[in-house]
Amino acid sequence: MKFTKPAPKNPIDNQTVMGKPTPRIDGPLKTTGQATYAYEWKDVVENPAYGWIIGSSIANGRIKSMKLDAAKSAPGVIDILTYKNAGIKHKGDNSSAQQIAGPKVEHYHQAVAMVIAESFEEARAAAELVEISYTKSKGKYVLEDTLSSAKKTDQQKDVSVGDFASAYESAPVKLDVTYKTSRHSHAMMEPHATIANWEDNKVTVWTANQMINWSKTSLAKVLGVSKEDVRLVSPFIGGGFGGKLFILSDASLAAAGARLTKRPVKVTLQRALIFNNTAHRASTIQNMRLGANENGELTAVAHKNWSSALPEGGPESGVLTTGPSYKTPNMLLETRLSVTNLPPVSAMRAPGDMPGSIAIEVAMDEMAEKLKLDPIEFRLLNDTQTNPETGKPFSRRKLAECLQQGAEKFGWSDRSSVPAQKREGSKLIGMGVASAVRGGPASKSAARVQLTTDNKLIVETDMTDIGTGSYTILAQTAAEMMGLPLSDVDVRLGDSNFPAAAGSGGQWGATSSTSGVYVACVNLRKKITDQLGLNADTATFENGNVTESGKSTSLSSIVKSGPIEAEGEIDFSGRGDDHSYYTFGAHFVEVEVDIYTAETRIRRMLAVCDSGRIFNPVSARSQVIGGMTMGAGAALMEELHVDPRYGHLANHDLAQYEVPVHMDIPHQEVFFLEGEDPLASPTKGSGVGELGICGVSAAIGNAIYNATGVRVREFPITMEKLLNEMPVEV
Amino acid sequence: MRPFTFERATSVEDAVTKAAAKPNSKFIAGGTNLLDLMKLQIETPPHLIDVNHIGLDEIEETEEGGLRIGALVSNTALAADSRIRQNYGVLSRALVAGASGQLRNKATTGGNLLQRTRCPYFYDTNMPCNKREPDSGCSAMGGFSRQLGVVGTSENCIATYPGDMAVALRVLDATIETQRPAEKAPRMLTLDDFYRLPGDSPNIETVLEPGELITAVHLPAPVTGKHIYKKVRDRASYAFAVVSIAAILKEDGTGRFACGGLAPRPWRDAKAEALLPDAKAATAQLLAEASPTDQNQFKIKLTERALSSVIAEASS
Repeated sequence: MKFTKPAPKNPIDNQTVMGKPTPRIDGPLKTTGQATYAYEWKDVVENPAYGWIIGSSIANGRIKSMKLDAAKSAPGVIDILTYKNAGIKHKGDNSSAQQIAGPKVEHYHQAVAMVIAESFEEARAAAELVEISYTKSKGKYVLEDTLSSAKKTDQQKDVSVGDFASAYESAPVKLDVTYKTSRHSHAMMEPHATIANWEDNKVTVWTANQMINWSKTSLAKVLGVSKEDVRLVSPFIGGGFGGKLFILSDASLAAAGARLTKRPVKVTLQRALIFNNTAHRASTIQNMRLGANENGELTAVAHKNWSSALPEGGPESGVLTTGPSYKTPNMLLETRLSVTNLPPVSAMRAPGDMPGSIAIEVAMDEMAEKLKLDPIEFRLLNDTQTNPETGKPFSRRKLAECLQQGAEKFGWSDRSSVPAQKREGSKLIGMGVASAVRGGPASKSAARVQLTTDNKLIVETDMTDIGTGSYTILAQTAAEMMGLPLSDVDVRLGDSNFPAAAGSGGQWGATSSTSGVYVACVNLRKKITDQLGLNADTATFENGNVTESGKSTSLSSIVKSGPIEAEGEIDFSGRGDDHSYYTFGAHFVEVEVDIYTAETRIRRMLAVCDSGRIFNPVSARSQVIGGMTMGAGAALMEELHVDPRYGHLANHDLAQYEVPVHMDIPHQEVFFLEGEDPLASPTKGSGVGELGICGVSAAIGNAIYNATGVRVREFPITMEKLLNEMPVEV
Repeated sequence: MRPFTFERATSVEDAVTKAAAKPNSKFIAGGTNLLDLMKLQIETPPHLIDVNHIGLDEIEETEEGGLRIGALVSNTALAADSRIRQNYGVLSRALVAGASGQLRNKATTGGNLLQRTRCPYFYDTNMPCNKREPDSGCSAMGGFSRQLGVVGTSENCIATYPGDMAVALRVLDATIETQRPAEKAPRMLTLDDFYRLPGDSPNIETVLEPGELITAVHLPAPVTGKHIYKKVRDRASYAFAVVSIAAILKEDGTGRFACGGLAPRPWRDAKAEALLPDAKAATAQLLAEASPTDQNQFKIKLTERALSSVIAEASS
């Protein structure tokens, strides 16, 4: 079904199941250890061998020689996979480095070999016997050192609206500031893992992957086989955040190793390898120039973003969020990309928007102060219903309501407009606010639904649930559409044998996959009404019955003769060029900063979000608080430290790369606005998973400024950046 | 992890006898650090002796009015002991500031004293590290050194002792009781005697001899004053100290203090204590010999301000 807007009234509007706060239906499986994560399948293959991946000890150069004999003759070793015998034909879609190095080495901890042994312990022990010598090449590892060679990129073209230069020149109030954001690791709980098995020249991989259809295609290329000969199974995923969008070394080397040894092979990336072996969010340097008139109306906005990547990598596009944010007749968005030989950079939760939101939202705070305006008032003054980047109206934009409701609920009026005024004991207290602006994309998504003879409704789609709640919202969708209780719906996800869904990424998953199931259910309803000679448009499906003109037939009677099923696909290619699709929110944070040590701790956080219809307020809230927590990490502690002498990310384990713990997040509240966005999708809502992180770090930075009067423009804001300027002498 | 043999000791004597019989063997108690290091082949003992079943899990009162803490008393049990909480508050506070509840349940008093540094270059076996591989060089110097030592370090190693418990023990003037093979009497060591500074051999961290087992920690009679443990860190829990201060202070801010996060062992200086309550002067004395890196230079100011905070807390 091609989506034509606006979505008409449809059964989703009944909101008897959809929209209701619903605990995740896969929760019991997870809390009782029955949800099978990639490394945990016990019964799918017999007698698997175990792979242990060895990462390169250099960042850039060539493999000179590999001495494998000692390892090969170690106890339990079956074989050792290297670039010479791996049979890998392609680096994989969206990869900026090879799946296995050789002879060229492109980054630190790039896979150079995989020992395959009878047990995990034997593989790991033998890996220490592999001797690889390298010829090192010089590389570039510091973004700041590569700026003169930074180039424009087709992946994020520059945007110019009006005449920024003259408008900025003549603006009576100006701001010109530069921010830096750090490199982040996805640091999801479940490490990357895969079990691979070949049968009849076809491979099945049980893996942890957010994008089944993309990755099936990609793995086929990597292995040099046809797409039909690859099956991916990934029903449960222990967090992804973009780190599991693509085929990585666990999947490619498990599959290649299984082919080489003619044995099922099981591989997980050891935690200390993940940070450099896989991808991370690139660091950025972002220059913001804002011009405003005396009334506080923005007249000129320029955002220039620098990031670096391997030669085939892409930019961290901070400008993405600035384009649609605030009304301005003159805008210049520039993206520059340079080459560094650090590990691959790739998508992480709200790629571009998240670091970009630090720049624009801290700049808005700084500009508000220059204009002597309250930061919320300043944002409201520059709110718009038209995307200033494209000139198109937003399908739905309730940013002002989010800011106003948030201010009310948070007690914004208690904030001192002068910084460093509020002290409780040894703590300085401050409040900060930021807007959240994040695209609401949607993409093609298919599903199959079947009413079975035992009166169950089975939903099958290769959509993934990365902890987000996909199982539950898809069950809610199907239950609402077919007029069945939630408990009658059996959702099956993450198998490439199922119809291809949009997958989990870019916060498009919820809107796309619910719409896919919606279409499949529309088709199933049509089949049933056709079979009964009813009018599909007027028949209703409620309480297990299909009813028209007062005459009801139970669904259970229809399937007595056999199951009935239908497939459907939503296609958003027709979704309007005449609108801009975004989601909006407002983040509020109160922090305390220790007057002595400059340690910052968050006291409370509050978000008001709007993305049209919220399919499940429980899982949507979980998404938003997860984003808020990650934003807190980026603001206060998360930073992959580059060692330019070795070209690696030095703090590559969870003891050194700190993410927030419970005590860092004492209090979070999330509110959603009521309403629907019929222009967005048939189910009339968009995603919230990435909206939840946008603006959070900026709100924290703004709160720290309000607490201390110290403006730190280099994130994360760790104690040493505040210490020398703390307002209180001790 | 390299293959190793394993046996269980039944008594202190049995443990040290077994250790003496197998060169390079290691005792294992909670294993919270040793096992991690074995998996990475940073530690490669050919033989492990399990000391979890040899007693040493009691806290006893001594004739001197102090306490003898068995080496196998868990961090959790030690922190919760009413005598510790009442008379040695700084120790209880330091313990609960460390690690996580799960780790503290397994970690032991003796093992905690021996936990090794968290220097990222020590953990990455691709990198030169004199502590891990003598004479290979120190890659931490000039590298990611924000967390590392500023004082007591050498040109061969800038690693820190990462723990909290020993910082409190240092301020309490605790002594470590050990048993050597073929010796009748235990040996008693102060913490400063126990820990070696890195000098030319950062791989040797204590004066423990082969087969020597920590059997207890002795606390002298309680010291009056406000017992404070201030741990400065990047996140609120489950993080190693950037700087920590264990202090027992009178209301006027005089007394004693020791620091963590600055040096290869808990760092305490009587001359610095004599300058209390002047935090600036005391810190200047404590860190007079400091040679920080660009990345951890801030620890000097941070120590001074953290000490000010502790003094303020004592007088409040």
